[in-house]
Parts: sequence; C-alpha cells; structure tokens
Amino acid sequence: MSYLELENLHRSFGSFKALNGINISLGEGEFLSLLGPSGCGKTTALRLVAGFDQPNEGRILVEGRDQTGVPPNRRDMGMVFQAYSLFPNMNARQNVEFGLRIRGKHKGEGRGRVDDLLELVGLTHAVDRYPHQLSGGMQQRVALARALAIEPRVLLLDEPLSALDAKVRVQLREEIRRIQLELGITTLYVTHDQEEALAISDHVAVMYGGVIEQMGTPAEMYTAPATPFVAEFIGTMNRLDSRVVNGEVGEVEHSGLHLHVDAARGRRNGERVLVLIRPESLELEAATNGTAPNSFAGEVLTQTFLGPVTRVKVTGSGTSLIADMSTARAAALPVGASVVAKIPSEGAKLISLPDDGPGLPVLDPDDQ
Amino acid sequence: MSGRRRPSLAWLPTVPFFAYTVAFLFVPAGAVMLGAFQDKHDHATVANIRLLFDHPYIDAYKTSIEISLVTAVLGGFLGLFVAYAAIREGTPGFVRSMLSTFSGVAANFGGIPLAFAWIATLGPLGVVTVWLRSSGWDPSAHGFQLFSKTGVEIAYMYFQLPLMILVIAPAIDGLKREWREAAANLGAKQWQFWRYVGMPVLMPSLLGAIILLFGNSFAAYATAYSLTSGSVNIVPVLISAYYTGNVLDNPHIAQALAFGMFVVLALMMMIYIPLQRRAARWAK
Amino acid sequence: MKRLRMAPSAYLWLALAAAYFLIPLYATLDFSLRENKVGTPCCTLHNYGWVVHNGDFWHTIKISFLLALETIVISLALFVPTIYWVHLKVPRLRPVIAFLALVPFIVPPIVMVVGLLRTFKWTPHWFYAEPWGFLATAYVILAFPYMFFSLDAGFRSIDVHTLTEASQSLGAKWTTTLFRVILPNIRSAALAASFLTLAIVLGEFTIANLAAFHTFPIFLQYVNESQGFPAGALTLLSFGITWAAMLSLLLVGRKRGTRSAVIAGAR
Repeated sequence: MSYLELENLHRSFGSFKALNGINISLGEGEFLSLLGPSGCGKTTALRLVAGFDQPNEGRILVEGRDQTGVPPNRRDMGMVFQAYSLFPNMNARQNVEFGLRIRGKHKGEGRGRVDDLLELVGLTHAVDRYPHQLSGGMQQRVALARALAIEPRVLLLDEPLSALDAKVRVQLREEIRRIQLELGITTLYVTHDQEEALAISDHVAVMYGGVIEQMGTPAEMYTAPATPFVAEFIGTMNRLDSRVVNGEVGEVEHSGLHLHVDAARGRRNGERVLVLIRPESLELEAATNGTAPNSFAGEVLTQTFLGPVTRVKVTGSGTSLIADMSTARAAALPVGASVVAKIPSEGAKLISLPDDGPGLPVLDPDDQ
Repeated sequence: MSGRRRPSLAWLPTVPFFAYTVAFLFVPAGAVMLGAFQDKHDHATVANIRLLFDHPYIDAYKTSIEISLVTAVLGGFLGLFVAYAAIREGTPGFVRSMLSTFSGVAANFGGIPLAFAWIATLGPLGVVTVWLRSSGWDPSAHGFQLFSKTGVEIAYMYFQLPLMILVIAPAIDGLKREWREAAANLGAKQWQFWRYVGMPVLMPSLLGAIILLFGNSFAAYATAYSLTSGSVNIVPVLISAYYTGNVLDNPHIAQALAFGMFVVLALMMMIYIPLQRRAARWAK
Repeated sequence: MKRLRMAPSAYLWLALAAAYFLIPLYATLDFSLRENKVGTPCCTLHNYGWVVHNGDFWHTIKISFLLALETIVISLALFVPTIYWVHLKVPRLRPVIAFLALVPFIVPPIVMVVGLLRTFKWTPHWFYAEPWGFLATAYVILAFPYMFFSLDAGFRSIDVHTLTEASQSLGAKWTTTLFRVILPNIRSAALAASFLTLAIVLGEFTIANLAAFHTFPIFLQYVNESQGFPAGALTLLSFGITWAAMLSLLLVGRKRGTRSAVIAGAR
C-alpha cells in the first residue's frame, strides 16, 4: 500500500495553473525527488503536502488517511526549507528541541534524542552556537535534525541545498541520503538540480508546466527519456529532429544524413521523430579515406575540458554533435581536425514528435 | 616627508562639516551644560542642579517622564498591533502603503496644528464632545479635560503611533515567513510561535522603538504648549517660560533644566544603541 | 498571488487606527467651515477667504519657504561633499558621523535654542536678529540627522569608488566628478532629504518661538490664540503642505527605491 499519496492535485493562482493533475505514490521508506525548472510546480506540490496551501482539487493521503483539511501543525511531517528557517533567537540545540518542547517532551528522553540527532548530522561540537554563527551547510544540518526530532511520518525537503556552495552541496546530499536510509523515513525531495536528484533518489518525477512529464528510477530517466523535455532536462543529449524513411529497417533521415537506428524499426514512414544519443555513446575517430557506415563526418569545432572527460563538439553538413571522451583520446583530435562520428544504432533512443510545430522545448538556461 | 609613514591628511575636507557641528551644536550644548553650573554672577555652583529637585522643577520632570512613558509604551504596543495588522498576510497591499504614507505625514504633524485639531475634536466645543453629550454622556462631568496631562497624552499619540509604525515595520518584515512555517510544521500553534520565536526576535527592535518614542515625547514642546497654553507643567514648557519673560529670573535655572533633559535623553541613548546592535544581528 | 482573507483582528486594529487618525482631521475641517462665532451652523468658506486675504499669512509663509530653501541649500552644500568624501576616502569616520547624527536627538530643539541664544548673543545684528542667519543655522543642525540617514543610504546604494575612478580616469576634476557624476546618482536621496527638511522647517515652532522670529508656525500659533476658527483653515493648510511634501518624497523615492525613515519634528 502506498504510504504517501498525492491524488489528482490541482492548484491555480488566479488564471495561472500551477498544478494540473499530479498523481504520485510513495511506498514507506521511499525517497522520491520532484525535479524540474523554476515555475514547474514542484514547490507548490510540496507545500500542499505540508499543509501550507490547499489544493483546488484532489487529495493528499498518508497511510490511507486524507490529510487535506488538516492544518500544518497537525500533519506530523518534518520540513526542511531552502534557507533562513532556523529560529535566530535559539541556538542549535534549542532549535532542534523546539518540536519536542511544543509537545512537552523535551526533558528526559527527549534530551537524549536531541543529542543523538545532533550527532547524526555531525554537529555535536556546535550545539551552543546561534544560527548567525553557523555556516550555510551547518544551518541546514540543524534544520534537518530539527525536522527529524519530532519523528515525523514524512520528511519534506524544499531545495535544501540550493543556497549552498557546490562542494558542500555534494557532501550534504550524500549525508541526507545516508540518514534517510538509516532511519527509513519516507521522503519527498524538491530540487532543480538533476544531478542531485539522480544521485540520491529511489525515484525521480520530472515536472514541467504543472504536470509530471515522466516518473521512474534515475537510470530509467537517464537512459530512456520519454518526452523531449525530459531528454533536454536530464543530462546532455544530442537531439536530431528526423523523419522515418524506412520503418522496416529503421532508417531515418536528418538534414540529408541517413542513419540506422534500431528503435526506428516498426515506425511508419514519414513519421517525425527525435533521435536521442548520449555524448558518451558517440565514437569519434580521425577521418580516413573510406566512408564508415552509420556515421557523420565533420570537423572538430571546440573542445571543452570538463575534468573527468573532454567534450568535443563536431560540426558538419549543418548539424553539430557533442561527444564525450577521455582527455587523452581528445588530444588526438584537435580543433579543426576532420573526424568521423560513429552512431551506435542500438544506443540511440527515439521519441515521437508532432508532425508540425516545434518539437524541442526551449529551456531558459537560467532555470537549470 | 621622508620615511614610510606619511601622515594621512585625507580627513581635511571634512573639516568644514566638523567645524559647523562644533560651532552650532557642541558649543551651544556645552554652553548650556556650563551655564547649568553657574550662578547669577557666573561663579561655579551646583545650586541650580540641586534646585531641580525642588518643586515645581521636580514635578515638571515627573510629569514629563510620566507623559513620555505612557505615550511611549502605549504608542509602542498599539503601533505594533496596527503595523502588524497592516503587514500580515491576508491584508491587501494597498493598506500597508496607505498606512505608511499617512504615518509619514502624521509623524510630522505636530505643534500648533495638532493642538488645534484636538481642540476641535475633544475640546469643550469639540465635535466628539458635542456628539457624546448629545448621546447622553458628558465627558467633563466625568472629569475629562483636554487641557491636562491626559489631553497632552492623547494628543501626543497622534505622532507617536505613526512614528512607531514607521520604525517597527522593517522589524516586522524581518520576521521571515519561513520561521512561522517551520514553527507550524513542528507542531506549534499561533500563540506558541509568538511566544517562542516572534516576540523574542522582535523584542530588541520593540524596546529600541519605545525608547525612541520616549525621547521623542520627552523633547516635544510645541504641542503641549499650544494645547494647554503652557499650563501643563513639563520641562520644555518650564524652560520656555524663562524666554517668554514670565517666571524665572535666573537664566541658569533654565540651563540647568535643559541640562537635566540632556541627562535623561543621554541615558536613553545609552540603552538604545546596544539594543539596535542586537536587533541588527538577528536580522541577518 | 495567494488570496487569503484578512484576519478579523486586523480589521479591528486598522479600523481603530483609522478612526483615531481621521476624526481629528474631520473635526478640523468642520471647525474651519464655520464662521468665527460659537454655535454657527455649517458651512462657509469664510475662514479660508480670511486666510487667503491675510497679508501676514503670505508674509510668514514666504519667510518659512525661503528659510527652508536656504536650509536645504546650506545642508546639501555641507553634507553631500562631506559624506561623499567619507565614503570615498575615510570610511573610518563614517561611524563617527553616524553617532554625531544621533546627538540632535539628545540635544533637542528646546535645549539647543537655550544654548544658541546664549552663545551667539555677541554676534552681529545681521546674523543674530535675522532668520536668514541664526534660524537657518539652527535648522541645518535640526535637519542634519535626516539629511545624513537619507544621503548615507543613497551613497551606500551606489558604488562610489568605481564611479569616481571611472570619472577620473576619463580626465574629470573633483568638482566635475561631484556635480556631473555623483550628484545625479544620489539625486533621489538628496531630494528625499530636501523634502524632509522642508517639512521640518515649515513646522518648526520651538526655536522660532523662543528666539522671537516671525515664521509661519509662529503666525499659526498667533491665530490659534487670538482667533480660533480661522486656525482650523490654517491647520488643514499646514497639514496639506506637509502631505504634499511627503507625497513628493514618496514619488521621488520610488524611482530608485531608496526609502528613509520619514520622521521629523514639529512637536
């Protein structure tokens, strides 16, 4: 049975539809991330679950019981906000203790629980410090301990790492996951950082424009994006707007280039599709005098050193492709070199596109 | 100029400013302080200061302090409630703007015009007085007099309240919405939030504002003077009595009175400044 | 975008505040529309006519406006370069000046006038006995805290160093930089401070009264004591002028978003 259920949630603000029929089901102890750009509705959904807002339509169920009319202070959920949520007039210990104090449980065994939690988040040395004396990362650890102190049924996190430095973010997200697994607490996590969501979640739900575009395990989302938006949003992807030329053998055509893609088999001729190829699955070689099958010939335009890999951009016949390879191999293909990119016929994925109109969503780079 | 240490003369262009302040603020203030300790023949004495503890001078201080305390505390809390009512979620935004604008004007609306406005309202022929009388309740029969300490207090609230609203509004803004939500999320009811988080965080700003109001009221002159024609015994009125040629014949007494005011206000400042620092720290 | 309903207690407090603030204004209006005798019915513009035709009214209001102008000019000329210089070259002096800006609250007008009268008894007639000397000088001090807080906020909101250095690298002298680069950028703060000063000077009674100068507030008091009902018309006029000054301040402040505490002292 699902532990936390969001059933057909709708929420409008005036004429703006923030949530348009959201359905999510979490099992007990499951970690699910709501992933998407600003304005997609993920925070709205989270706030509905927490009780800070009421849906226009739909229900929220915890352990089968309808929470929709219950005020936030009686829902028994712990929430970690993006920033600034620690009470400034209390030190770390008093902040963590707050929920217990309200319930009258802060003395006796409650005190032990606070100590355990502070140890769990690694802050035993700073219990007496006030929020303005703590770094951003430490503040969020306190916020986490505070939310867990009341032993909530559900843990809600609203972009808890967005305001922190990059290194702290990576470190803290691992710890959040570790603690969540150790306590086995059902968790709903909101973020716009796809790497973060993929790294720590059991399941990911990508949201856009108030609806869920796709929901699945991180691996599924990465290797098999179901919509153009998800393909664009998760990871880097080569996208080729193509038409099926021969559905029997799986041949597609893009800007004069003919390619074989296994996934195109069985499609009807003339259908418009989006061919998706991950940069790491493209093989680049120096051009030789022959023509390789299923390949794309061009010139190296740029090389971008990314640390673990080098990203090589190749252009030719009006298209450009991105290939990721080891820096050593990229050294052999300098800028301007003529290269051949071999497209793996089984490695490419396919998404249908409407016959007319735009196919590829334009994403604001500031959103990601 | 040899050696590495070149005395910096960067502060030179600020001399005109400091010269002006010294000449027209510190020197006069110093003259008052000095004069307070001089007698009719300009010899040093503390007799003037000692005189301050006699009637009617000590009564003037008592009345001044009482009026200031009442209007500061009352204005403080009422101003807090009104400001919060205008700022909180649920109240439309235009209410806050209107209150802000009006407070800006009302905080400056004092002295003679204000006194007249209150005479027109609660004076013997005032609009409200007449209306109350026609409804059967005669204020003067119940001992109410506008030209009294109470009247001054009522009148003073007209600029104390807006001052409080203007000063406390940023502090209320500083009550982050996340705190209220976090508190609710952890199980706290409204009053528990205020008790454990809201009021403690507001307290330094609130106290600082009340002190500001106290100083504002204590130093006020024109309103009380105009309202009561100088009949209510507060320190500024007593000082002015000398200069309008009535009671005192020893100028140094007026200066001693002024010195006394200065002491009270300086004490207030000494409490105010650290409070402001504390408030700023928590607003981070 | 959330449409919550207003809390009932909010209605209560706001209604009480509205009543407290508006009733005296209404009462003033009522009084101002009655003839100068007890018990006459409403409504006549007689009092307003009296004000408009009163020579003393125009005389004193002109004096007060000119006085305000003089105060503003002297204040700006004194404070703008000083605060600019402090922000640019001697930031360590800033807390000193900020502290000094609090001194006028400890030495209120009533105390200050006592000291001023005593100290400057020896000065020549053109300074001591004319409002343009003695009074303006005192008013600059009165305006100082509000000038400082407003201008300081304005300077803090621009990058003084970068602007100055850019201007100088293009060959400008100090005066050019100050007038052509810095001033336009703190314009709204300076205007805000000016309107505040205007309100202060137009309402200042204490010093003018004790130093026996004939300004608009003094005229108001005279009318109040001797006439009665026409004072109502004057009161509303005075309130209206302050309101106009504050609105201008708001309009000016809105452009750059610099808000400063809007409190002065006609008390």
